[in-house]
Amino acid sequence: MTTTGKILSAAVLGAAVAVAGPALAQKTSVSLGMVLEPPNLDPTAGAAAAIDEVVYANLFEGLTRYAEDGSIQPALAESWDISDDGLSYTFHLHEGVTFHDGTEMTAEDVKFSLDRARAEDSTNAQKVLFEGIEAVEVVDPHTVQVNLSQPDGAFLSNMAWGDAVIVAEESAADNATNPVGTGPFKFEDWREGDSVELTRYEDYWGEPVALESATFKFIDDPTAAFSAMMAGDLDAYPSFPAPENMAQFEADPQFKVIEGSTEGEIIMAMNNAREPFDDIRVRKAVAHAIDRQGLIEGAYFGYGTPIGSHLAPQNPAYVDLTEQSAYDPELSRELLAEAGYEEGFETTLKLPPPSYARRGGEILASYLRDVGIEAEIINVEWAQWLQSVFEDTDYDLTVVAHTEPMDINIYARDDYYFNYDSEEFRQIMAELENTADDEARTELLKQAQRKLADDYVNAFLFQLPKLGVAKTDLMGLWQDQPTQANDLTDVHWKE
Amino acid sequence: MLSFVLKRLVSLTLSLLAASLVIFMVINVVPGDPARFMLGMNAQPEALESLRRELGLDQTLLQRYFSWLQGMLVGEFGTSYTYKVPVSELIGDRLWVSLPLALYALTLSTLIAFPAGIFSAARRNSPTDLSIMGLTQLGIAIPNFWFAMLLVLFFSIILQWFSAGGFPGWDSGFLLALHALTLPAVALALPQASILARVMRSSLLETLGEDFVRTARAKGLTRSQALWRHALRNALIPVLTIIGLQFSFLLAGAIIIENVFFLPGLGRLAFQAIAQRDLIVVQTVIMLLVFAVILITFLVDLAYAAVDPRLRGQRS
Repeated sequence: MTTTGKILSAAVLGAAVAVAGPALAQKTSVSLGMVLEPPNLDPTAGAAAAIDEVVYANLFEGLTRYAEDGSIQPALAESWDISDDGLSYTFHLHEGVTFHDGTEMTAEDVKFSLDRARAEDSTNAQKVLFEGIEAVEVVDPHTVQVNLSQPDGAFLSNMAWGDAVIVAEESAADNATNPVGTGPFKFEDWREGDSVELTRYEDYWGEPVALESATFKFIDDPTAAFSAMMAGDLDAYPSFPAPENMAQFEADPQFKVIEGSTEGEIIMAMNNAREPFDDIRVRKAVAHAIDRQGLIEGAYFGYGTPIGSHLAPQNPAYVDLTEQSAYDPELSRELLAEAGYEEGFETTLKLPPPSYARRGGEILASYLRDVGIEAEIINVEWAQWLQSVFEDTDYDLTVVAHTEPMDINIYARDDYYFNYDSEEFRQIMAELENTADDEARTELLKQAQRKLADDYVNAFLFQLPKLGVAKTDLMGLWQDQPTQANDLTDVHWKE
Repeated sequence: MLSFVLKRLVSLTLSLLAASLVIFMVINVVPGDPARFMLGMNAQPEALESLRRELGLDQTLLQRYFSWLQGMLVGEFGTSYTYKVPVSELIGDRLWVSLPLALYALTLSTLIAFPAGIFSAARRNSPTDLSIMGLTQLGIAIPNFWFAMLLVLFFSIILQWFSAGGFPGWDSGFLLALHALTLPAVALALPQASILARVMRSSLLETLGEDFVRTARAKGLTRSQALWRHALRNALIPVLTIIGLQFSFLLAGAIIIENVFFLPGLGRLAFQAIAQRDLIVVQTVIMLLVFAVILITFLVDLAYAAVDPRLRGQRS
């Protein structure tokens, strides 16, 4: 071997050892893959799901929080009292909670955070969550009272959103790049374009976490994500971008596949204000033209649950209404003829980038063609989709997943992009907002689902599954995804 | 010479101005509101308004163009909409990946191409020459992203010698960082080396047919002595031109390879910024690349003029 050869192989070997080194002692750190990089790390100033996927429950905490099963649990608020009229919530805060900069978290911080989110110049992406708040009062350092303008059954779950986390006045402005929260992990490093690293916060008020550090790596290309898992660069990829690889992971003893539910309803939205979709017979015809199971097989390799209205199947108030729009092309053609479209018609289908939309869109277009509807496919980027479909409602058909939890109320909004306009539905939602009783709420939610199915507002397709993959020994990752998050508080390596 | 340089400088400035105008117009004509993208589907109109004001999007196009231009003149590139950090910082970080990667790939490509090209030319039409030329044909034909995937499959997944991608940063140690850039550099270098080897071979063969080589042989030099002492230096000029071109291509065009290896480079930054409608970042990255290309052309022009006085008259 020549001298250069020796130096080269020594260099390669040395580097290989250096790379393999941490892998051997990896029992207290974890490295997770994510598709999108968060634009910043401040959950109170952006809608990007990727922000919450890094910081929710790990770095920042709110008064309440989502648990894995979707229930609302106490977080920074140890307990709360609700006045009889449902207008006033008194939160009792945990004592001894500190921010990562060492300062104590008190009722003043809660007041600051909520007032900031609902302020005139607030850029909170979910400002609507705070709309009902009339005043926030500090009772004593560990008690805060929130007064609402009207009773709101969803208030406690609103406070569990990532957009409602508690921040400190001194650090709030810099949270985008140097987040300071109260969670079990603190911010360590952000290599833009590559990864974010969190480390354990030793003075955490609650149960200490098992992991010493966690790294989120951003790998958007599905092939690269697959290679990174196979090469051992990643320990887990909680929402893997390519369902087609699942079978391969399942067959490999190194890995386990984690299949769970999300709050994402995939729908083919129809512009209810535009001809011919302003005719309920046409919308009904579209709904009956689609074979949901075939769609799930083709677009998502068999993962996913069919839905018949706009509520997640794991929700206790869920009613299965898929039969009401079962696959029936014959009926579909009849309905079209009845509406005056014996010869069918031409329309457009706008598809945003995710694979459920692009792949699913092709399949949907062929189902539609089968009953005589020629849908021209137009692929758009997200920014374009938001502008043309969402903002300007310039579309006929589009496929999208609505991933926010419990978002059935969007159908009651004025000028929302479906252009659905039903006084009856608005009333159900208004009543729901003012109802705190669980049983009554369930009944109203069922009513709401039926109303949407009866009106064939959109073609309700299937519930987006959460498909994750992890090394077999990695325990405690969330299986379901009640909100966009990668909660690491229970994650640990098997002994 | 001075007037030549001045004239070239004026044309360089004009090109840059024209490029900035075209870039700005194209980027601002594309539909998609950055504020809406950042706040998403549930955003309220007044929150959107506040953000637009914060980002300066409430100003007219003309105002935005001039403040961008003015900023660039004083080295103030603005703040990224999405990352909320100065654009110059963002680009600086990415350059530390893209620039070394381009240099690494260029070094590899030269190290492969020179011996291969010289060897082929020296043994023209021999089986070795034919097989080297066959291989370079293959190297040009294979798409580099596909070759990159093969490299990952073999060296990362099967042998586990390299990570499948990512970049640990130079602060993690020179060797470790170099190690992380090795597979991408090899993937980038293969097609470049193939092109370069062919150019090297044909240029050398052409020079070998020149009169001065015959003179050298007549003086008693062997064929290979004539090649090494006289032909090679003269054959290098077109090769160096190609290397210059390849360098700007590697700097700006590594985007697909950056995606395959999820490297935080300039190309991927521009690509993501376009999707996120981070207009200020897109504008500035593209402007920077345009600047690099124009600057390299300018320097090459100067170098030619310095070497060959006849060009000065022609160009001016």
